Amino acid sequence: MRKMIEGSRAVAEAVGLCRPDVISAYPITPQTHIVEDLSQMVADGDIDAEYVRVESEHSAASVCLGAVAAGSRAYSATTSQGLMLMVEVLYNIAGMRLPLVITGVNRALSAPLSIWNDHQDTMALRDTGWLQLYAENSQEVLDMHIQAYKISEDDRVLLPVMVCMDGYVLTHTYESVDMPTQEEVDAFLPGYDPLYRLDPDDPYTLGAFADPSLYQEMRYEIQRDALASKAVVKEVAADFKAAFGRWMGDVLDPYQCDDAETIFIGLGTVVGTLKEWVDVKRGQGEKVGALKLRCFRPFPLEELREALGNAKRVVVVEKAVGVGAYGIVAAEVRAALYGQASMPPVTCAMAGLGGRDITFETFEEMLKRAQAGESDLFAGMRAELLEAS
Amino acid sequence: MTATKKKRRKPPLGIVTRPGSSLRNKTGSWGILRPVFDWEKCTGCNTCETICPEGCIRHLEKKQYEADMEYCKGCGMCAEACPADAITMEEEHR
Amino acid sequence: MSAPEFKYEITRGFLPGHRACAGCGQASAVRLIMETVGPQCIVANTTGCLEVFSTPYPESAWGVPWIHSLFENSSAVAAGIEAALKKQGKLDAVKVLAFGGDGATLDIGFGAISGMFERGHDVLYVCMDNEAYMNTGVQRSGSTPFAAATTTSPAGRRSFGEDRPKKDLPAIAAAHGIPYVATASMTLFADLRRKVKKAVGIRGPKYLQVHVPCPPGWGYDEKLTMEVGKLAVECGLYPLVEWEDGEVTRVRKIKKVPVEEYLKGQRRFRHLFRTEEGKGLLAKIQELADANIEKYGLVD
Repeated sequence: MRKMIEGSRAVAEAVGLCRPDVISAYPITPQTHIVEDLSQMVADGDIDAEYVRVESEHSAASVCLGAVAAGSRAYSATTSQGLMLMVEVLYNIAGMRLPLVITGVNRALSAPLSIWNDHQDTMALRDTGWLQLYAENSQEVLDMHIQAYKISEDDRVLLPVMVCMDGYVLTHTYESVDMPTQEEVDAFLPGYDPLYRLDPDDPYTLGAFADPSLYQEMRYEIQRDALASKAVVKEVAADFKAAFGRWMGDVLDPYQCDDAETIFIGLGTVVGTLKEWVDVKRGQGEKVGALKLRCFRPFPLEELREALGNAKRVVVVEKAVGVGAYGIVAAEVRAALYGQASMPPVTCAMAGLGGRDITFETFEEMLKRAQAGESDLFAGMRAELLEAS
Repeated sequence: MTATKKKRRKPPLGIVTRPGSSLRNKTGSWGILRPVFDWEKCTGCNTCETICPEGCIRHLEKKQYEADMEYCKGCGMCAEACPADAITMEEEHR
Repeated sequence: MSAPEFKYEITRGFLPGHRACAGCGQASAVRLIMETVGPQCIVANTTGCLEVFSTPYPESAWGVPWIHSLFENSSAVAAGIEAALKKQGKLDAVKVLAFGGDGATLDIGFGAISGMFERGHDVLYVCMDNEAYMNTGVQRSGSTPFAAATTTSPAGRRSFGEDRPKKDLPAIAAAHGIPYVATASMTLFADLRRKVKKAVGIRGPKYLQVHVPCPPGWGYDEKLTMEVGKLAVECGLYPLVEWEDGEVTRVRKIKKVPVEEYLKGQRRFRHLFRTEEGKGLLAKIQELADANIEKYGLVD
């Protein structure tokens, strides 16, 4: 059914359709509308779930951990400082191979305090063992949650999934979306059937400690399964297309990349702006393309190489900083291309930090500076601030 | 674990530990003392069986207590706590 | 002698083969608690002595479903288990327990346990109080008693050991208005059994703080665990009190022995018996015990 709703509302409704049993929520801007909407839905009986109003994000994640271990489907959402506070629990959930979906609303990290959008928070989680999907628009973010549960609970995966959603840009804007029906979602996503659970009739111990004779192999299995989960991400996206008729890419989504000389890579909503700009450039006769990186973890190595294969230049639009080193996504793109037959120069263009707008002008600046040979740059800067300091 | 229609994978390595699998660890080898129970003095209060940290003291008949030397660490709590002084600790290198 | 083999059913809840120190108060307490609660339960456990000595993969001493997550979150994990069981309609039949040491409960897990109490989850939280971070090597916690020596509050030329009084978590728990709070000692096992039985029969958050002597941490011969633990109660330093809905409803009367009787047998208080300053501190500790006796009416 088509509706004109806020991005947060789209997520709340999609999560509701996934029939969560336990929702734990701690409020933090700009995630608040999601948990408020879910709260109202539970209060009205539209969702049949236990809603736990936790006292911190660390507990929010811990409640989800306990609920999933006890055999129920769970959900939480947070951002920025909240993600950082629950980091050790995120490692714990992945390490214990518990399926879970959390919405990671993307917001800048303190200090300085900022409630506005960038990707520093979820980029900091790239080694936790969580799969990461980045949504371009409201339709995609709602579809992603339904896919995320299916991916996470798959026996070949058994790793939690974070659906990354740009704060304010996506949470607080209204778009027209097609919301599936409960019947459609039930047909696509069956109930959670745990491989192991806490059950007095069949008791197990979960979370035993591992000495050096075991830990490395457990870590290896996580890496092995995380890499193998790429196939599941693709499979679920294809199944979703067959069931719902919608496709926005699986691990990547190239736009006008086939004959592109310069390809811009982006994650999340910036891709929407990129595509518009690419249309303008194409109109000017410039062979530019936009490559959406939809699945960041696992990193789509082969698919990226193939998509970038013919490009003479790559510009990675990064809404995060690998402080003291290189761009985070750019470093991984460079690593993917290292030693390949075609190794175009990769420019890391950091922009949009702390909610700074990324516009066509920003892309023009990135392109110009990349063509001038800069390999790591900050775009859209206010030079007068730096001169003054 | 649920065994449903579809054959499922085994849990990943190290995730699930079987209940009571500690029984393979014979902690009796730790101790150099063993409790000796004087069944004549015993009043059947059951203190020793209750407090043993290993849970390896039992009685088959009333007032006939004994310790499982496969697990007894020889701590001596039972002997000290026995209100009837019916337990003594003797040296035994296991 | 061909007696039948010893048999250990997993329905006991906590089985031999664990790696607790000989004479461990915690192991004794946990055995008793699990046998009282029965097999229809789920336990969430913090990192600490109990977790480490009971679950070195692939060995587990637990006969009930049991989960260990992190150091400070057993109350939140238990809350999640409780919410799931509620949704599954199983909360009437299955009890949810959380175990944590004093460090995990009073210090690092303080926020989480307060939240669990405040939200009213049907969880019994049992704190194993051996009065320091024992698993990591006897560092002080908020529960370390006044003047006790630990590795981070050692007695030295410029220090007499722990210089702060014990954090009163039972009173804090009671202040949340939860249905049942009790302190207990593993050495008074009939009393502990009664309190556990009572707690599992009540719906809502319950807090049980169990004093568990620690031979290596406190510095006494392991066979004396029962004696040391009893003296702690009988001198008034560890009052056994029950609160219901925030009010004291019952205390265990004591005969009252001087605190020296309790302290002199433990290496962690040994420094108090060697100096003039120590004498003064012993008097201070006696005042603390007397204050407890007065406050809770422990002596007839």
